[in-house]
Amino acid sequence: MQMIRVGFIALVMLALAVVPVVANAIDEPFYVSLFTRMLVLAIAASSLNLVLGYGGMVSFGHAAYLGLGSYVVGIGFYHAANDGMDWALNGWMHLALAIIIPGLAALLIGAISLRTRGVYFIMITLAFSQMLYYFFIGLERYGGDDGLSLWYLSDFGSVMDLNDDSQLYYLAYGLLLLVLFILYRLVNSRFGMVVRGAKSNERRLMAVGFPTYRYRLVAFGISGAICGVAGFLMANQSEFVSTSEMHWVHSGDLIVMVVLGGMGTLFGPVLGAVGFLMLEQYLPELMEGVCHIIGGSSCGIAGEYWKMVFGPLLILIVLFARGGIDGLLQGKVGRNV
Amino acid sequence: MNWILLIEQTLNGLQLGLLLFLLAAGLTLVFGIMDLVNLAHGSLYMVGAYFAATFTAWTGSFVLAVVLTLPATLLVGAVVEVVCLRTLYDRDHLDQVLATFGLILFFNELVRLVWGPAGLSVPLPEFLSNSLELAPGLIYPSYRLAIIIASLLAAFFLYWLVARTRIGMLIRAGASNREMVGALGVNIRFLFTIVFGLGAALAGLAGLMAAPISTVEIGMGENVLILAFVVIVIGGIGSIRGAFVSALLIGLIDTVGRAFLPDVIGGFFDDEFADAAAPALASMSIYLLMAVILAFRPEGLFSARNG
Repeated sequence: MQMIRVGFIALVMLALAVVPVVANAIDEPFYVSLFTRMLVLAIAASSLNLVLGYGGMVSFGHAAYLGLGSYVVGIGFYHAANDGMDWALNGWMHLALAIIIPGLAALLIGAISLRTRGVYFIMITLAFSQMLYYFFIGLERYGGDDGLSLWYLSDFGSVMDLNDDSQLYYLAYGLLLLVLFILYRLVNSRFGMVVRGAKSNERRLMAVGFPTYRYRLVAFGISGAICGVAGFLMANQSEFVSTSEMHWVHSGDLIVMVVLGGMGTLFGPVLGAVGFLMLEQYLPELMEGVCHIIGGSSCGIAGEYWKMVFGPLLILIVLFARGGIDGLLQGKVGRNV
Repeated sequence: MNWILLIEQTLNGLQLGLLLFLLAAGLTLVFGIMDLVNLAHGSLYMVGAYFAATFTAWTGSFVLAVVLTLPATLLVGAVVEVVCLRTLYDRDHLDQVLATFGLILFFNELVRLVWGPAGLSVPLPEFLSNSLELAPGLIYPSYRLAIIIASLLAAFFLYWLVARTRIGMLIRAGASNREMVGALGVNIRFLFTIVFGLGAALAGLAGLMAAPISTVEIGMGENVLILAFVVIVIGGIGSIRGAFVSALLIGLIDTVGRAFLPDVIGGFFDDEFADAAAPALASMSIYLLMAVILAFRPEGLFSARNG
């Protein structure tokens, strides 16, 4: 089974590497933006996986860091476009700030949230992300409820041009690989051992003398910073920044991606993000097709209500396939994997 | 400061707080007794509002609609419990969050299928559509007063049910030790279904009362659900008393903050800053309150578990 798993993951990563080439060859540029979204969400889900999968901290507010990262780009654009501050479009600065600001926000939110446990932690992270959500809705200056359309993207000078969808795609792909490498090193370091140990038995670790609170807090901060990078990419991909990306439903989506792919595995969130967006994209068509096969009438609306299948599907995955896609590849099926 | 406005806003805050309490009471009961995080509670609120809209249109009477909606939402809650949530009690909280998240998607789509994507509006009942003059110069819509009174009655009924009846005794016993209650021969599964149905009916009541003064639309339960979460986290999960106190606190702070924060900030800073900052700050205020309370009392104000 291990061979199948490694082979499958390698195949997915390789396939992702050639998406723009293939898409341009078959003249379907839409796929480039669809797959860029997958990569962006794969980065975000991987960051969540660090705290959720490895650390056992159920953060229900990661959309906030995604939003903060994208607002770095949005606010920079706003000042460049309206106040003539051209330096505010600098891509390197955007990238740096999209790491620092969400990272600091995560440290601050984590410092308070990590004092709590269990359900309280779930709800307090949710509430903090709602707080940021309403904060940005209240900021009329930067679009408020309506969001900001970006007609200039982050400017990397002559290094790369994000207006070119393929270049943006490979930037996202490169950043995803970098993030996965960093997470791999992190999780297998002494630091990562402590974070993982705190998940399975915090009291024992504390008895051995590890200040687990600090370790968990740092992990939470790193997770927020990585999620901010995803936000930076998301703003440049959609050329639009709005509060809707910070809505709590997206925090739920991120958790779903992590669980769908396989919690606490390096490539699980990547598989989960790809799978999630594939379902979102093709489940409507699939349902319409099934409807035609069983001979139903007015099949157009069957596809419209795909979430009616998606929701219960989610429940079934939770109930019967805890290991997610990665678990299936390892041949582990059932509720207690 | 304008006193009439202040009293009006306080009444509005009271009304919001009481509605939140009805939602939070069901949520906190379900959590306290069955140890279940139910994100789909907001969907029951939405379903209650839609039922109210339909029954009002059918019968032409809001009162009849109320009488029909309460058992209907209770039934929906009981069915959801039996079909789906029952298997989740012994799972960890992450599973519960995910599965009930799936339920939200399902309910939103179901409502869209049945009632269509457009929002509905429910007319104010005829006999409550006027306004009362509570004091010289203080005119307040009677429907909002009716909400306050009805919620207080529901809260009192809940108190009576939990503190004074046999079923309430079992509920409290189930909250402190469910295995023991089961071992003593109480049909704990049936008790859970009843409690869940009760919580659903309370959420439905909140939804149907909110229906005439807001738009009945898909997703209307989600924002209110998060407020209800804040309420039970501040109040201490599992504590109905805590939910009552913190619901009123949240309702008042949110409403009064939105009304008066611009003036207060304007008193310290220039108007331009006040106009920009006040709406953002007002909508953040309750979350800030929650952060402060949890920083000092991580278990909430009235924790049910530790006294």
